[in-house]
Amino acid sequence: MSIEVKNLCYSYKRGTPFEKKVLHEISMSVEDGEFLGLIGPTQAGKTTLAQHFNALMLPQSGKVLIDNCNTCLKNADLPGLRQKVGYVFQNPDYQLFAPTVGEDIAFGPKNQGLSGSEVENRVIEAMAQVGLDYETFRNRDIYALSGGQKRRAAVAGVLACHPRILILDDITAGLDPRGREEILEVVKKLHQQSMITIIFISNSMETVARLVNRLVVMNKGRIVMDGSTRDIFIRSDKLLEIGLEIPDIMHIANRLRERGFDLPPTLLTITETANSITDCLAKRQVSD
Amino acid sequence: MNKLIEVADLSYTYRIGSGNEVKALKGVNLNVFKGEFITITGQNGSGKSTLARHFNGLLIPKSGTVLVNGLSSAVKKNIPAIRKTVGMVFQNPDNQLVSSIVEEDIAFGPENLGLPAALIRKRVDWALHTLNIEPLRRESPMDLSEGQKQLVAIAGVLAMKPECIVLDEPTSHLDPRSRREVIENIVRLNSEEKITIILLTHFMNEVVYSNRMCIMDCGEIKLVGSPRELFANPDVIKNMGLDLPIAASLTAELNSRGLSLPGNIISAEELVEQLCLLK
Repeated sequence: MSIEVKNLCYSYKRGTPFEKKVLHEISMSVEDGEFLGLIGPTQAGKTTLAQHFNALMLPQSGKVLIDNCNTCLKNADLPGLRQKVGYVFQNPDYQLFAPTVGEDIAFGPKNQGLSGSEVENRVIEAMAQVGLDYETFRNRDIYALSGGQKRRAAVAGVLACHPRILILDDITAGLDPRGREEILEVVKKLHQQSMITIIFISNSMETVARLVNRLVVMNKGRIVMDGSTRDIFIRSDKLLEIGLEIPDIMHIANRLRERGFDLPPTLLTITETANSITDCLAKRQVSD
Repeated sequence: MNKLIEVADLSYTYRIGSGNEVKALKGVNLNVFKGEFITITGQNGSGKSTLARHFNGLLIPKSGTVLVNGLSSAVKKNIPAIRKTVGMVFQNPDNQLVSSIVEEDIAFGPENLGLPAALIRKRVDWALHTLNIEPLRRESPMDLSEGQKQLVAIAGVLAMKPECIVLDEPTSHLDPRSRREVIENIVRLNSEEKITIILLTHFMNEVVYSNRMCIMDCGEIKLVGSPRELFANPDVIKNMGLDLPIAASLTAELNSRGLSLPGNIISAEELVEQLCLLK
């Protein structure tokens, strides 16, 4: 299932003296099965754009096609589209509202009109996908969950609706390192095993560098770069110019290059960097 | 060094619903010294925020004691003096900003201390200057980026001239550039203004800047030491659900490939210097 955006514009407080244009003529597409990262400094328009991807917001001008269906058409089945495109918000507290984990995850499938046993099966399946043990957590009070568990419950609630596209809006913010790793593992598995299309919004350059295949970079309501993750990080000057950073691991490689280490241009992970450094040291010993 | 905050045998229990109890702190002991930069880290739910809220009397000990400059927070009349000594910055600046104009927001704290108008002006100017946000003076906090908002929130606390500032994950929702700006400012408040800093964070590259780090787990302080000392034991760190700073991870990875770099490297500079020696 694909998404296509053509000349999309959006302003907040439109028609008032405080009108603020947040999306300017955005055109892009997301192909079926892609694992796409969306990055940009704060107020770049990432969330506003992403909320058009599942018709939570509708274009003021331009158009958005979800699975070839134009969200602006009067007869568009918006609730149907929102079931196909799941959205996990940055703050799980905005998303979780039922008293217990099981009830919260059951909410979506129930609203799809599934029978009691089908709903229960969806809950079991979704909890297994995110690594929350069904027996332990089914009746657990939402407020008794840790930050990482809440995040997983929120993802499970969306997965239980069987979406074909999953939008994850900075879901690692505020998580401790282990919680971060665990939820990223869940996301990676979902993409590999279920072939779900994933749109991953993030403020962590480390995370997108090792996770996604394609990166879309936004700044001030515009798409300023779009390409493979490696190609984007090669142009680190451009990223720094718009106020983004490069992963810390790339800073270390840059310093080493300044000191005469002959390293390849984009090393995105610790493993790649370690391999190149050891190769480089080995070559020097041979030439000595 | 003189003690600013003394926490002794502190326990705290939250009641959730009927009969449900969560022991958030279990017999915590900690001294915070004047002028130091201490980070508190640990998994979500380990008790960091509950402990932090005891530092300035937002929470009052249910058992054990908290002394700030020798004053017990269990004694009601000490609370104003304690809050004047220890300022608090929260994760979400929107919870902290009260006014529609930046400089008025920063003036709110000093006004409530009952300072004369001329002095309030001075304090506000100083706070804006110290954090390099003078151009934002007349802006509305609503129009600022999250990072700028967080700096305004810090300025509001700074204008009260506290001896100590507690920051509860101030960078967790910021973009990378804003995160760096906020951290650089925090480091400078400590080194130049001599303000005692207590920083709660999940980012190990922020922990590296502190004199001491404190690792919490299940309501207890499990380890206290310099980052260099504690990060030298990767297994212990990983067991606590934490991670190493990037430079330390890369060092470990290189050593596993047969290099013999020192095990206590925590910064990029140190690693680069060590690798240059091997060339």
